[in-house]
Amino acid sequence: MQIAIHRLKNGHFLISGANGAARIVGQAVDLPNNLDIQGVGTNVPGYEASWNCYDRLITHPMKTVNGTPYYDRDKFEGQLAEDMNVGDMSVTFKLKSTAKFQDGTPVTAKDVKWSLDRAVTVGGFPTFQMKAGSLEKAEQFVVVDDRTVRVDFIRKDRLTIPDLAVIVPSIYNSELVKKNATAQDPWGLEYTKQNTVGSGPYKVVKWTPGTEVVYERNENWVGGVPKMKRIIWRMVPSSGNRRALLERGDADISYDLPNKDFVELKESGKLTIISTPYSNGLQYMGMNVTKPPFDNPKVRLAMAYAMPYQKIMDAVLFGLSKPMFGAPADAKTEVAWPQPTKYVTDLAKAKALLAEAGYPNGFETDISFDLGFAGINEPLCVLVQESLAQIGIKTTINKIPGANWRTELNKKTMPMFTNVFSGWLDYPEYFFFWCYHGANSVFNTMSYQSKAMDTFIDGARAAAAIGDKAAYDTDIKGMVDLAFADVPRIPLFQPYVNVAMQKNVSGYEYWFHRRLNYATLQKG
Amino acid sequence: MLKLITSRLLIAIPSLIGVVIVTFLLTRVLPGDTAAYFAGPAATPQAIAEIKTKLGLDKPLIIQFGDYVGALAKGDLGTSLSTGQPVITEITNRLPASAELTLSGLILALVIAIPFGIAAAVKQGSWVDHSCRILTTAGVSLPVFFTGLLLVYLFYFRLGWAPAPLGRLDAFAMAPDTVTGFYLIDTLIAGDVETFRAALAQLVIPALTLAIFALAPIARMTRASMLAVLSSEFVRTARAAGLTPWKVIIVYAFRNAMLPVVTTLGMVFSFLLGANVLVEKVFAWPGIGSYAVEALITSDFAPVQGFVLAMAILYVLLNLMIDIAYGIIDPRARSEA
Repeated sequence: MQIAIHRLKNGHFLISGANGAARIVGQAVDLPNNLDIQGVGTNVPGYEASWNCYDRLITHPMKTVNGTPYYDRDKFEGQLAEDMNVGDMSVTFKLKSTAKFQDGTPVTAKDVKWSLDRAVTVGGFPTFQMKAGSLEKAEQFVVVDDRTVRVDFIRKDRLTIPDLAVIVPSIYNSELVKKNATAQDPWGLEYTKQNTVGSGPYKVVKWTPGTEVVYERNENWVGGVPKMKRIIWRMVPSSGNRRALLERGDADISYDLPNKDFVELKESGKLTIISTPYSNGLQYMGMNVTKPPFDNPKVRLAMAYAMPYQKIMDAVLFGLSKPMFGAPADAKTEVAWPQPTKYVTDLAKAKALLAEAGYPNGFETDISFDLGFAGINEPLCVLVQESLAQIGIKTTINKIPGANWRTELNKKTMPMFTNVFSGWLDYPEYFFFWCYHGANSVFNTMSYQSKAMDTFIDGARAAAAIGDKAAYDTDIKGMVDLAFADVPRIPLFQPYVNVAMQKNVSGYEYWFHRRLNYATLQKG
Repeated sequence: MLKLITSRLLIAIPSLIGVVIVTFLLTRVLPGDTAAYFAGPAATPQAIAEIKTKLGLDKPLIIQFGDYVGALAKGDLGTSLSTGQPVITEITNRLPASAELTLSGLILALVIAIPFGIAAAVKQGSWVDHSCRILTTAGVSLPVFFTGLLLVYLFYFRLGWAPAPLGRLDAFAMAPDTVTGFYLIDTLIAGDVETFRAALAQLVIPALTLAIFALAPIARMTRASMLAVLSSEFVRTARAAGLTPWKVIIVYAFRNAMLPVVTTLGMVFSFLLGANVLVEKVFAWPGIGSYAVEALITSDFAPVQGFVLAMAILYVLLNLMIDIAYGIIDPRARSEA
């Protein structure tokens, strides 16, 4: 592989981006605050560092969706493991003999156990993510011999294997971390925050928080030599400058530009623009169903007919999103998520429904949004406000600073709000469990409670675990139909991950985490 | 002089204590929940509680304050959650970046504004005076992010004269060894002319942006105070005595007109240092202003407290320096102190 020359030295690869966080996470921090996803409060750019500096036991192969390489949700391949053997209540992995950490020590079963133990023990997000796949106790991870590890299931769960391929169960050089751990910090979180000690394709060689991160490739990576020698990340807070840098060719890749810029760049044809819908993600308008007027299903239905769907698509998103409304009247519910509702903007119908519900003259309420994503949320809410005013509903727009947004969501008192949810694990029941289940997680922002819904969700999870496809399909269709009939939240659109690259940059892959996979990127 | 400095420093102590208490309380009563923010997108109340315990946010306020002051006494300003670094290192790394930018902007502004102000006062009502008025009005009414973006568009995007607005150095240049933290000085100490030129190239446009903003108050103040001095009796006497215009204007008039200019200078400098956030944002400058704003957005207490404290100390020192400068310029100020 010939390494392209960029301006000065060989193999430099300049990547710019700011607010680079994928939309759902909503952090205003741009570069990693921690190089270890298992650390306390690691931000989304930090996830990207972990993804590229560590390996996991297994990963997904690629398939092609709309011409873009896209991870294959249903297939797995070994990354550190050369062999995966799924039994009834356990799965056994045999490690590749060639797998070595970046300091040259071989990856052993001890390292795997230590790393997985750490993930389920440290608490916070990593432990929580492991739990999502029924990986809860250190006893589940058993060292069979130096190169063999067994993971025991505590219950049958379809998400257990996929959960071993997400970013969290990264494998760490356990001896090196232990050497640098302290009594107060037995898992060495302070050390891995600053140092990448994995076996992955890249390592961080320079990290100036909030300014710059420089990655250098691991020549001995078990997956082959990565294409680019170096990857440089620079923070560029001004979106105007991000675009200027791209157009002048000083940056090779940028993402998280405003939609308008992406559309214009696409039209100019000077750059490669790839837009991929968020897997398992939706932006929606939610309503608090515990309080009037939104406790009345008729009012919620009226709202679903009052949303200015197409205007949002045109004026806010510039077409760069997948509509989640206006499915044909005879369309059948699919076993898929997300899928469009049959709602369209019909103000006459909305007004009639409001009158039926006992609000012929409308009412007053608030619409809240996260200021961290004001670029999309603010015009969206203004359009909704305008549309609702036409059926007599007076709304006040309530802008909530990013730092307070999660607190406000947790309180579950906002009457009406727009938000995005997107799950790493791309299964409908996973989305519905977080967003609609009576267990009332933080993402059931509407405080929606329905016995029938819980039965569908629990049913689908149980059916998936034992592979009962017929029961699974019925339950999924049931939960989608119920969610659309009861409309505690109105789906608006499926956002896109937009990436702009110079023409000579290739190798972009879409991953469930929506961040960049450096190992395949190349230039020239 | 020593007495003046000691008394000034003693007066500053209660204000600093006040600043420590107020910033601590303010960051605690702000509505954002740090733990919820950092627990990530998929946080359960349990996960949030775990992070709270880890960060010590579940302790009573008075104990948190005790911990904070205790650490402060040891020179530990805490750790920033959003960048993951100790606040004290961040501030010592970033303050020189802001100071270098601000000082360059200020010097540039002085070089333009003072001669301009003097000329406008001497030739009152002439074209110089009018263009001075236009420049100062424009400078003060154009927001810095606008002039910044305009200059980037013109000199980087259109003309290609300026380097990419990517902070203090090009991505491929190596930063010099830190001596003063000012790249322009450190590169010269290291004898690295190439990096010096790279750093200078990065600095020109942001410094110009700041200068356009800063020259307005300085030029106006110079003009106004020169006008007052020029109409005073000692100037008339000097002129009548047949001294050259140069001697009258620079030696006699300007020295007397300098006091209000120095006051304005101090104000402009301290204002710029904290308020050049927008310039730092536009030019991706790794300065202290953008650091504090980022921290505020993420409810990251430690850097906000550290920033306010650093600024408070800086203001105290700055005021002290201005007082001393007064004494040098005007002997009367010495005796009054």
